[in-house]
Amino acid sequence: MTNWDRFLETFFNAKMMARYLPDILQGALVTIQIAGLVIVCGLLLGLALALLRSIGLRPLNLLIVFVVDLFRALPPLVIIVFIYFGLPASGVKNWGFIATWLSLTFVLMAFSEEIFWAGITSIPKGQWEAARSTGLSFGQTLINVVLPQALRLTIPPLTNRTIAITKGTALASVVAVGEILGMASSAVSNSYNPSPLTMAAIGYLILFLPLVVFGRWLETRMAWKR
Amino acid sequence: MAARPVVEARGIHKHFGAHHVLKGVDLVLAERELAFVIGPSGSGKSTLLRCLNRLEEPSSGSVMVDGVDMLDARTDLNHARQRVGMVFQSFNLYPHMTALGNVTLALRKVAGKSSAEADALGQSALARVGLADRAGHTPGQLSGGQQQRVAIARAIALEPRVMLFDEPTSALDPELVGSVLAVMRDLRQSGMAMVVVSHEMGFARNAADRVLFMDQGLIVEEGTPAQIFESPAQERTRAFIGQIQKH
Ligand SMILES: Nc1ncnc2c1ncn2[C@@H]1O[C@H](COP(=O)(O)OP(=O)(O)O)[C@@H](O)[C@H]1O
Ligand SMILES: [Mg+2]
Repeated sequence: MTNWDRFLETFFNAKMMARYLPDILQGALVTIQIAGLVIVCGLLLGLALALLRSIGLRPLNLLIVFVVDLFRALPPLVIIVFIYFGLPASGVKNWGFIATWLSLTFVLMAFSEEIFWAGITSIPKGQWEAARSTGLSFGQTLINVVLPQALRLTIPPLTNRTIAITKGTALASVVAVGEILGMASSAVSNSYNPSPLTMAAIGYLILFLPLVVFGRWLETRMAWKR
Repeated sequence: MAARPVVEARGIHKHFGAHHVLKGVDLVLAERELAFVIGPSGSGKSTLLRCLNRLEEPSSGSVMVDGVDMLDARTDLNHARQRVGMVFQSFNLYPHMTALGNVTLALRKVAGKSSAEADALGQSALARVGLADRAGHTPGQLSGGQQQRVAIARAIALEPRVMLFDEPTSALDPELVGSVLAVMRDLRQSGMAMVVVSHEMGFARNAADRVLFMDQGLIVEEGTPAQIFESPAQERTRAFIGQIQKH
């Protein structure tokens, strides 16, 4: 057997791959579920916090900044483990899934709040003044004038950050969630063959490469033309 | 008996922290009147205009527009602001909307017009400023002069009782100034009451009823264009007029 054959036998073992493909697919489904929930909830919460912050109530803003900085400073894995083992709800069904979902949601909320906020504050004061001078309220100005411009500016950094955080779904394997990496790891320990890991890597590529390409496309399309 | 003034601002003071920027300014504007405000940079001209629609909160004094107390907490300020059109030096058009979208936004959101009504009113406002054929253009596709005219259309579409212009031509290339002044002259002829802060003395001479000279937060002197430009009573006014006429 040549080295090349041995390499294929180890990492691209067809029998192993066929045997564990259903597991990996099932894991991919879980990954997609967590990722989808995290993206939707994280971005909505981040936007909500940025909007609250734009109202300009000093104590509220201090609280928002504190929460945001907290979740930006802590490693996501620490948050997951903390929620998984630390909160009294452990024992709840699918608690690992929920802990991962909550943790990554908070992290994305924190990072996206900062990005949304930067977008909102980058809109010139004259835009607010022109709109308010025609009788638009604060909220109407925010929704119709400021946000559409701000969101356009935020899309490139937001896409990159969202992808980076969503990849953190792999951390769920640590708290016994059967997502792609979790499934692959247990397959490896059952089969003594790393081929399932190869499948996991390919699975991640299939899931995330389109997102990365999509982000790149958005970035060029959203280049601001004045 | 004189008719009720369109704008009646009395004893306006404005402090920015320790900085006393307006020191008791009165401004009364009659129907169809055009008041032209001149004065050195930093004398408080913009702040005065911005106190009239409460973009800036006066520290004290009173502001009545068309009989509505702009400073009364019970006044629906957003509603009252439709009665006061404002045009800015930097146009401040919404870059993500077409010219028509810029003009119709407040018609829909504040005046409560349907999209069809707003579009019709917006089109006629754009026609008044000579830009009927630019309705679908975004600000980025328009010249500075055209952008400023869209900004004027955005304000007049709401049928204000008074229009405030804060250096409307200062950001424009010289060859584009004329088109904006022409629109302002038309507005004036239609009987719009206007307060204009500007350095366009030619426009003041043939369109202004009254010229007000501001310095250090006070109206130092006011009179007809001929009085102020030809024979100012105050030394400060004379010095300022002499200075700008050198250019
Ligand atoms: N928002 C603000 N905060 C602090 N100072 C201000 C503000 N706006 C204007 N000022 C000050 O008030 C003075 C008058 O300004 P302004 O009304 O813009 O003058 P003008 O329009 O005559 O040039 C200036 O000294 C300016 O620095
Ligand atoms: Mg000014």
